[in-house]
Amino acid sequence: MAEPLLIAEGLRIAYGGIQAVKGITFHVEFGETVSLIGANGAGKTSTLKALARQLDAAGGSVRYQGREISALAPHELVGQGIALVPEGRGVFARLTVTENLEMGAYCRHDKAEIADDLERIFALLPRLKERHGQLAGTLSGGEQQMLAMGRALMSRPKLLLLDEPSMGLAPIMVQKVFEVVQEVASQGMTILLVEQNARLALQVSRRGYVMESGAITLTDEAAALLDNPRVRAAYLGE
Amino acid sequence: MNWNTLKHDRRTLWAGYAAIGIVLAVLPFLVGAGLGNAWLRILNFAMLYIMLALGLNIVVGFAGLLDLGYIAFYAVGAYLYALLASPHFGLHWPVWAILPLGAVVAGGAGALLGAPTLRLRGDYLAIVTLGFGEIIRIFMNNLNAPINITNGPQGISSIDPFHIGNVTLAKPLVVAGITVPSLHAYYYLFLGLALVIIFVTIRLEDSRIGRAWVAIREDEIAAKACGINVRNIKLLAFAMGATFGGVAGGLFASFQGFVSPESFGLMESVMVLCMVVLGGMGHIPGVILGGILLTILPEAFRHAAVPLQQAVFGKVVVDPESLRMLLFGLALIVVMLYRPAGLWPSATRKRELQGGSK
Repeated sequence: MAEPLLIAEGLRIAYGGIQAVKGITFHVEFGETVSLIGANGAGKTSTLKALARQLDAAGGSVRYQGREISALAPHELVGQGIALVPEGRGVFARLTVTENLEMGAYCRHDKAEIADDLERIFALLPRLKERHGQLAGTLSGGEQQMLAMGRALMSRPKLLLLDEPSMGLAPIMVQKVFEVVQEVASQGMTILLVEQNARLALQVSRRGYVMESGAITLTDEAAALLDNPRVRAAYLGE
Repeated sequence: MNWNTLKHDRRTLWAGYAAIGIVLAVLPFLVGAGLGNAWLRILNFAMLYIMLALGLNIVVGFAGLLDLGYIAFYAVGAYLYALLASPHFGLHWPVWAILPLGAVVAGGAGALLGAPTLRLRGDYLAIVTLGFGEIIRIFMNNLNAPINITNGPQGISSIDPFHIGNVTLAKPLVVAGITVPSLHAYYYLFLGLALVIIFVTIRLEDSRIGRAWVAIREDEIAAKACGINVRNIKLLAFAMGATFGGVAGGLFASFQGFVSPESFGLMESVMVLCMVVLGGMGHIPGVILGGILLTILPEAFRHAAVPLQQAVFGKVVVDPESLRMLLFGLALIVVMLYRPAGLWPSATRKRELQGGSK
């Protein structure tokens, strides 16, 4: 069997002297959705930021398509096919929805295909089409989250990194955002999802990793994790 | 829209351009005859300030990097011209060599300033750039010993006027039987270069680089996530803005015939920043308007101050110089209160400040 699309081995992250992530190992296979769940401060977002090269790891290796990527600059990842949807969405508030999406295709030069992809994104996210000329800053939180995902998809990634897509959203919007995640996943996208809302994350995932204070304490098929009594007690509020 | 109205629209557009062209062409003669040479000089300075404001607009307006030391690049261009074309070193390089060199050196200085400030934003960046501007000015002030390079506070005088071969703008030119006085000739030169800079800025705004600048201004992390090389694009903004400043500086030196550190103080940086902000940050027509207004208004206040006081009080009560700054300050406050996005903001920015709805 071929090597997984992404492998992190012994990944360590430190802020000053404090170790936030203590040598974790995980992988993402081509075409699957994997979620990284855990409580606040468990090191999930730090892990994702290190993968996206938004911060430097203190040790360990990250291999993507068989190549070490932990020395690349953040902007180089897009060309490699890794797209990050940042925590807190990070849309370009004073650009219109369409301009935001076009910015996602910044590294591409195939104009006709970019236009096709724009239509595809609008078909996937009809709310955005309705509001295509509106400034992104005036959208609701959920719409901004969808816009950030749409923008990431515009770079035609092979791997989509989603950082807390449900954060700060109304429950109804959370549901809608996860429907989009599921839709994107069903089209064959490989997704690594970092999420506090364990139930929703596991429902759209094939596998999951549970993080606790900087270490992975449990990993299994998502369905099994949903049935696991420990997970149910700690993360599903049962 | 059918073809006829389109053709008609295009015709009106061209007619509009032609009308503006004619006005700009005869303007120096009208101003010179109607208001005198002092105002013609002011008009020429307005052109220089348009170039500066457009340069700073790239850094502040497009890329969102608050630069309070922008005038340093104007100084670099001006001093470079002064050193290479004056009796000070006995060098008299031709203009076509100095101006491009000035642009390159100023651009280099811009990148040099940008490099250590890459991680800074907002107020921190403003303080560092302010310091950089002052460093350049203080260098100009003090580089007269042990080796006399800049001639210190006395400045450099008898700078060569703008000339190409034997054609010099210092004396009236005779073109096709029409005598063009020196000030008028400088006007056409500055106008031409200002138009070039306007054209370049418009093209830049529309380009990939322009979009990357805006992305960085809006959100740096998201810009990185879109695959934008934030470091290089920021440096490019600093360098590009500085380049325009360098060209304007060279023109200033050739026009004025004299440069001294006094012309490049913090107040000048603030003035150019005011042009950008007041006109409409990031919006090219607004910035041009800002440049024109803020050059002309203070002068108008100066000229109006004495006759106005004599008419009202029968004598001059307040020194016109201080009154001018007072009125100018008031004008700034009024504009910012009633038009916070600037006098002529871009459509987006206007929408945003009007409360966000469509």
